[in-house]
Amino acid sequence: MEALLSLFVQAVFIENMALQMFLGMCTFLAVSKKVETAIGLGVAVIVVQLITVPVNNLIFNYLLREGALSWLGFNDLSLQFLSYLCYIGVIAAMVQILEMFLDKFVPALYNALGVFLPLITVNCAILGTTLFMAERDYTFAESVAFGSGAGVGWALAIVLLAGIREKLKYSDVPEGLRGLGITFITVGLMSLGFMSLGGISL
Amino acid sequence: MASPKKVLLTPLVENNPIALQILGVCSALAVTTQLSVTLVMCVALTSVTAFSNFFISIIRHHMPSSIRIIVQMTIIASLVITVDQLLQAFAYEVSKSLSVFVGLIITNCIVMGRAEAFAMKNPPGISFIDGIGNGLGYSLVLITVATIRELFGSGSILGFQILPLIENGGWYQGNGLMLLSPSAFFIIGFFIWLLRSRRTEQVESNEYKLAPHTTAEEAF
Repeated sequence: MEALLSLFVQAVFIENMALQMFLGMCTFLAVSKKVETAIGLGVAVIVVQLITVPVNNLIFNYLLREGALSWLGFNDLSLQFLSYLCYIGVIAAMVQILEMFLDKFVPALYNALGVFLPLITVNCAILGTTLFMAERDYTFAESVAFGSGAGVGWALAIVLLAGIREKLKYSDVPEGLRGLGITFITVGLMSLGFMSLGGISL
Repeated sequence: MASPKKVLLTPLVENNPIALQILGVCSALAVTTQLSVTLVMCVALTSVTAFSNFFISIIRHHMPSSIRIIVQMTIIASLVITVDQLLQAFAYEVSKSLSVFVGLIITNCIVMGRAEAFAMKNPPGISFIDGIGNGLGYSLVLITVATIRELFGSGSILGFQILPLIENGGWYQGNGLMLLSPSAFFIIGFFIWLLRSRRTEQVESNEYKLAPHTTAEEAF
């Protein structure tokens, strides 16, 4: 249990998906102008991460990995070259299902998330977490902790950036740096700040 | 219809995918500590973008629009699998150091973005050229960032020592910040500044205008 908790904390702070791994940058930079929308997107990413990473973990361990199909008589068959196709399929399907589920049962949240739900399919933080999970050979329980931690970390980062940008829009930025340029530099400074958390040993 | 030359060259400076369209930023930051690795990544991304544009454009009239995202994803994922297998077969070391970032080409927004914005509306030939152009625009930013980071971080370019380091008896003290992740953000930020001070039409307008300076007495 303790190991899982420290994996979670590590995924949130030390290996923050947005600020240390640079994943999901496009949405991170484009959808961080308002705190409210940032929170909505963050919550959606947490939910999707929490579902897709464990599901992909099961697929990897019981279908794709070398020797995983031995119960069918294929002892040394490895389907790992299909992994990208399977992962992206799972992610796209999960996002679609989540969208329909929310539309039917939680319309308030569905309306709040709006256009961001389909965007999550192409958020590289989601696919990146799955690929790290496969590369590091996590077990099912570990994948739940890692997936949720990565989601929470990404949500935390985008909410923080949105908070900064809401204040930053009143400041007098040099012309060429306005908008995207100053955002890059802000994120660089935030990333420096998060690096100091790397000293924590768990 | 735009001419092929224009389609090829506008994404380089005028409509750069990273600096203006905010597409494909993730890998620009993560794979730029060594120039040799960056070059492989650029070639991989440019070929995937070009071919995905080409194939998606071929079948654009036969795709129902409700399932087009998943069809595009499948085409892109298959191309990335091909690239990944080729890299593992012929450049295993590089493929190890790129780790998950080859797989992440699938969700690289440049590929999807160009497929949606260009290949769905244009014939295959010109779409292919558009893919190459955008890949080159991406490569331009990546190669600039990687050259700066490798030169000032470890004093070398493509592994050849340009600035002799103190550890090896030279005079240059390597800049550790350049090897760390945040430096990429700063370099891209300043790259955008440089680009936009040359091309002022790309400057974003301010949401709020500062009032002209008032003295304290006037304000109350």
